Amino acid sequence: MPNILEINNLSLSFGGVKALQDVSFRVPENAVTTVIGPNGAGKTSLFNCISGFYKPQQGTIRYQGDVLAGIKPPARAAMGLARTFQNIALFRGMTVLDNIKLGAHVHMKSGLLGSLAYFGATRREEMAVRRDVEKHIIDFLEIDHIRRQSVASLSYGLQKRVELARALAMRPKVLMLDEPVAGMNREEKEDMARFILDIREEWGVTVLMVEHDMSMVMDISDHIAVLNFGRVITEGLPAEVQNNPEVIEAYLGTSDMDSLRKKLNPEREVA
Amino acid sequence: MRIGDAKQSYEADEAIWTSSTQKIWFACFLLALAVFPFMADAYFLYMGCLVGIAVISTTGLNILTGFTGLISLGQAGFMGVGGYTVAWMSINTELPFPITLLFAGLLAAAVGILVGLPSLRVKGLYLAIATLAGSVFLHFIFAEWESVTGGMGGLSLEPAHFFGFTFQSDFRMYFIIVPLAVLMVLGAKNVFRTRTGRAFIAIRDRDISAEILGINLLRYKLMSFALSSFYAGVAGGLFAYFYRVVTPESFPLSMSIFYLAAVIVGGMGNLLGGILGAAFMTLIPEALGLLTAALTPFYPNAPIFMSPMLEIIFGALIVGFLIFEPHGLAEIWHRIRRFFSLWPFRN
Repeated sequence: MPNILEINNLSLSFGGVKALQDVSFRVPENAVTTVIGPNGAGKTSLFNCISGFYKPQQGTIRYQGDVLAGIKPPARAAMGLARTFQNIALFRGMTVLDNIKLGAHVHMKSGLLGSLAYFGATRREEMAVRRDVEKHIIDFLEIDHIRRQSVASLSYGLQKRVELARALAMRPKVLMLDEPVAGMNREEKEDMARFILDIREEWGVTVLMVEHDMSMVMDISDHIAVLNFGRVITEGLPAEVQNNPEVIEAYLGTSDMDSLRKKLNPEREVA
Repeated sequence: MRIGDAKQSYEADEAIWTSSTQKIWFACFLLALAVFPFMADAYFLYMGCLVGIAVISTTGLNILTGFTGLISLGQAGFMGVGGYTVAWMSINTELPFPITLLFAGLLAAAVGILVGLPSLRVKGLYLAIATLAGSVFLHFIFAEWESVTGGMGGLSLEPAHFFGFTFQSDFRMYFIIVPLAVLMVLGAKNVFRTRTGRAFIAIRDRDISAEILGINLLRYKLMSFALSSFYAGVAGGLFAYFYRVVTPESFPLSMSIFYLAAVIVGGMGNLLGGILGAAFMTLIPEALGLLTAALTPFYPNAPIFMSPMLEIIFGALIVGFLIFEPHGLAEIWHRIRRFFSLWPFRN
């Protein structure tokens, strides 16, 4: 499988804080790649580097073979890099439908004069977007009952789903999901996992996600990269990562069962 | 109870008026606007024209501050650019009013883009101060560039004309101002049905994620400034034609605050709110004056007692609205509409 995204020796620091150190991993095309790691490991910083919001001090990000450095966030969106945000970033002053349509912004052309007149090409373009959004996205994500509602009135799970819809309206090649199921109940998580797999299979989109829910990560990922303290510890298939002693240590503190037992029961050693 | 408005096509669903009831009411409203000058006396006609001008300018500021989230105290300055453009063109050229008003709007838009340049770096109160600086600078130009603006004495201009027809009375000006106000509000309504308007709102709500979703912040912030200033420029041009004199004092700083207050009282980010706010801010001081006149026969001291109170009552009304109706006058209207669209059921 060719790699649609390649991250090479990426380093990012804020003053003395090293958010990312020499991070390298690959994102295979048309697969689900997950970045895992404890809180503060640098996962969201990595996403922000790929989106173009942070500028890494060192290293390169290659997207479809081209280096992304120097390309501004809106241009990256137009190239097919779409994302959702950890703390839902919907536009609260707009309806669900308008939020989703906003995702199609980069693929639309009408200018200010066309907008004022709402006539001819502008009108046709708006209608084409509406039809496209209704047919392929609203129907697919099962949110037709809320399209007229303000996003502020929706439950957390539905807001996450609307955010996914907005990202899909960007017609992405790579869909970056920052904690897509955080704070959801079991049913909502299962729905979201199903959507992610369908997006990969039916839309042919590459998924890159950050997630803490291990059972979901292990279930749907094709490829996993593990970050800890700004470094990549390992990457590989879910089964490989699961049994990697360094990963277990990152999550539990240690991989050595004896020393773990000692840590938990220090007084028994004395006795 | 609102029923039977299921749609067969997306075109029908995206229309401004989605039911025949709405279309009929809007037609009635237009008819009332058309009949008004034939029924009204000179005073109400004068007020009608002032409200029309205020509606255009408030709608412009609403686009910038209410929908794009960029606070501006430069509105009076942009109106001044429009006013002086119209005055200068009517003195030095023979061009008819549609051309001069268009130039007034375009020049104001160009100045608006310049004043709006800091908006990429600063926002909130800092942007308010930056636009205030722009406004002071424009005021300085109006007062000092005597060869063009006539200095402190200002410029007097001929009435608006179009193919030999002159608009020298309030009655005739009404038929320029009000149709233009209706058209410009509808234009703004259209903007918020399209990608441009969605980009404005996205910038207001979350500018960082808007950028990551593909919106060029510089482009759309400046576009918002340009559009808003265009509306201000046209309003200023109408102002010049209406009073037929412009001086630096025609466009004081308090005018910028007046329009900002109109946007806030009416409802930020709501076009109807801009209209209601403009009418409220223009008419309430007058209504208080009329109230004083009506009280005089009963209390001969009313004018002496009331005149220093008017400003206080006006201010208290604004504060009262902000406390009890933070979403503005438009919210009251929405509540009334909701009541009737659900009637006879409650909630």
